[in-house]
Amino acid sequence: MAEQEQRRQSAPRTDEVEVEDEARGDSGKELKADLDDLLDEIDDVLETNAEEFVKNYVQKGGE
Amino acid sequence: MAVHKVLGIETEFGILHRNDGESNPVAASSMIINAYVNGFLERRVGWDFEDEHPGVDARGFNEFDALAPEIETHLVNAVLTNGARYYVDHAHPELSTPECTDALQCTTYDRAAEEILIRSMEKANELLPEGEELVIHKNNSDGKGNSYGCHENYLVDRAVPFGRIVQQVMPFFISRQVFCGAGKIGSEAPGLTHADVPFQITQRADFFEEEVGLETTLKRPIVNTRDEPHADSKKYRRLHVIVGDANMSELQTYLKLGTTAIVLAMIDDDMAPDDCVFETPVQTLRQVSYDIDLAMVHRLANGQKVSALDVQWAYYAAAEKWADRHGFEVVGGETIGKDLMSRWNEVLVALESDPDSLTDSIDWIAKRRLYEGYRSRHDLDWSDPKLAALDLQYHDLRPDKGLARRIGLKRISIDSEVEAAVDSPPPSTRAYFRGRCLERYPDEIVAANWDSMVFDVGSDPLRRVPMLEPLRGTAAHVANLLDECDNAAELLRRLGT
Repeated sequence: MAEQEQRRQSAPRTDEVEVEDEARGDSGKELKADLDDLLDEIDDVLETNAEEFVKNYVQKGGE
Repeated sequence: MAVHKVLGIETEFGILHRNDGESNPVAASSMIINAYVNGFLERRVGWDFEDEHPGVDARGFNEFDALAPEIETHLVNAVLTNGARYYVDHAHPELSTPECTDALQCTTYDRAAEEILIRSMEKANELLPEGEELVIHKNNSDGKGNSYGCHENYLVDRAVPFGRIVQQVMPFFISRQVFCGAGKIGSEAPGLTHADVPFQITQRADFFEEEVGLETTLKRPIVNTRDEPHADSKKYRRLHVIVGDANMSELQTYLKLGTTAIVLAMIDDDMAPDDCVFETPVQTLRQVSYDIDLAMVHRLANGQKVSALDVQWAYYAAAEKWADRHGFEVVGGETIGKDLMSRWNEVLVALESDPDSLTDSIDWIAKRRLYEGYRSRHDLDWSDPKLAALDLQYHDLRPDKGLARRIGLKRISIDSEVEAAVDSPPPSTRAYFRGRCLERYPDEIVAANWDSMVFDVGSDPLRRVPMLEPLRGTAAHVANLLDECDNAAELLRRLGT
């Protein structure tokens, strides 16, 4: 397991974290807006009787 | 030198017959496959069971005190022109992709399998009475304690001691969950509630109870010992991997197949890590799946404590060394190999530093974001049936209902290649011979299976053509021959059988 420390260097170094966080903050907002749109869409396509759908979803074991 | 990692993926799909009263999943699965065979194929060619031995154990014995899997020869079973097998297994429609030579090709065939199921479902639903509907899910659990599989298979060198494979692949299987999981709300392990496990990384960890064994339907083992090479058994094994999820994310399917192929090639060449053995593998498999913050450390047999990501980095580092010495030829060439390594690296780095950046790549992370958002919008508890419905609908293959296809997951395959893969076999394995023969001579083929085909050319007895080498019968070998032969009799004559 000796190599793991060496590979870790490909993760962002600590001195870059501040910049990274700033950038991530912005994309976070975008992501959030997307998520709201997505959740609106999901409200529209979700099975109308979710409880019934879940109750009836019984599978036989397989493999 | 490792043998080429010829690989495939076998998926059992969830099936629901809505508004049917007493629904029968075997009949429903048959309807799905018959709808496809009758609707899209020129002629049905059945499966040949001559060479099926699911009770043979890789550890060297034949059926021990365990339950050997049964072969259900009476159920619907078809071979497709793309080289795949499409059949009813237990109570599910199952599609086994043709043999592929690299992870990208196999991911394309996995996506083509989804297309085949979608077309089957649409065709079957045209035939059903008003109000009834067949619905297919690409998932692995019904949320009520029943699981069905997504198996992988890889060609390995028979000369490699099976004990080495078990020891060196198990830590990889346990730790690869962090990027292979399809995600699931709650737990189906006995005694655990939503309070204990609100959400977990994989669909299947709950169902594994043994480290090594032959079974697939109960007491499932992390390393499955089914020894059915479907090839020359003196030269090859075919590792049958049952500890995986069916992924909606193509990137995950690609990485799962590609990294596992690399690790098995490393084991063939005896260059895989041997110091990552977990002290309690079954328990650790579940702990890794339940640890959605990727914060836990687990004890190794040598006393060290490591995270799942530490173990992945150890395999990654070993893979770099292996590739420096051997290249990537046996996993499909330099381009694929380098692409796999760089994506594997990116995903491990992202899991460590910013897992949410993988919402477009990893099912369990995409789900977590979606479900957390939905939960807070509607103020729901994790045990709410609305969330359970979302967790099913993520895997729903109906184009107007499925959530996974709406959230913008990264693609690996290309539409035109997927479309071709629905009907045409991969050119680089014996699946080419199987698929092209089925396309060219459907009326003269009695049956086919992975390693042979049976022809009926009229007056002679039935003729079996063996295909024991997975890398023979490729387009390079037989494309011209098949183009030139107008019938199977001529083909057999030219083959000299």
